Amino acid sequence: MNAAAIYEVGGVLLVSITSDITDSDIIELQEMLSNRIAQSETRGVVVDISALEIVDTFVGRVLAQLTAIARLLDAETYVVGMRPAVAMTLVELGMYLPDNHTALTLDHALEKMRNAGLTDGLPRGA
Amino acid sequence: MAFPGARKIATIELRTDRDVAKARSRVSEIMKAKGSRDLMTTRFVTAVSEIARNAATHGKGGRLLVYDMPDPRLIGVECVDEGSGIEDVERAMVDGYSTRQNSLGRGLGGAKRLAKTFTIESTPGKGTVVRMTGICTTR
Repeated sequence: MNAAAIYEVGGVLLVSITSDITDSDIIELQEMLSNRIAQSETRGVVVDISALEIVDTFVGRVLAQLTAIARLLDAETYVVGMRPAVAMTLVELGMYLPDNHTALTLDHALEKMRNAGLTDGLPRGA
Repeated sequence: MAFPGARKIATIELRTDRDVAKARSRVSEIMKAKGSRDLMTTRFVTAVSEIARNAATHGKGGRLLVYDMPDPRLIGVECVDEGSGIEDVERAMVDGYSTRQNSLGRGLGGAKRLAKTFTIESTPGKGTVVRMTGICTTR
């Protein structure tokens, strides 16, 4: 799969999704990311969707699931770079992604995560 | 004729999820060439993604036909599959209804809301045809 890449940046996992990602790519990404969260003991995940021109009900559901899976692994997920047209379309689809934190840019997300103490990884709660 | 006076400008086969991604980018390119605004493109391409996925997954494959409409501000698509069809189309259009467990059931109803016009004809055992038009530009 080359439709998404996972990097460790500033104590968090950064997931960058490319514009032509397919349904099976994104399912594969979900599995890869879950494993990386557990292995790296990260507490913060940033998913950059700025390349996505559309987020339909399938991708929206996977984003919501990613957040839920990460939370079970004690990590919080920030979705960054959502285009205004995507936000408007998602609301029209009735998909509000209530459990996803969002930030307009990666910098904003990192700042929010630093403030929340999510950028240092384990030991948790120390 | 899918749409009176329309001219077919592209045909995209829909067999895999790679084809669904291709359908999205092709319709997006065509709309941008017509001067479509970002919001108009995103809305309609999202609707196209929903119906193309339906054709590729439950429709056992199909094809998406793209049309130039007599009104140059519009774009038309027709998505045809030869799958099992939909037993109860009215019910399938309702948000939250799905025959699959891992689905939100918002796809068809969402596509209808995002398109300017939307029609669906389904014959159980024979397949489904969805026709939609979208607005590229209001000028």
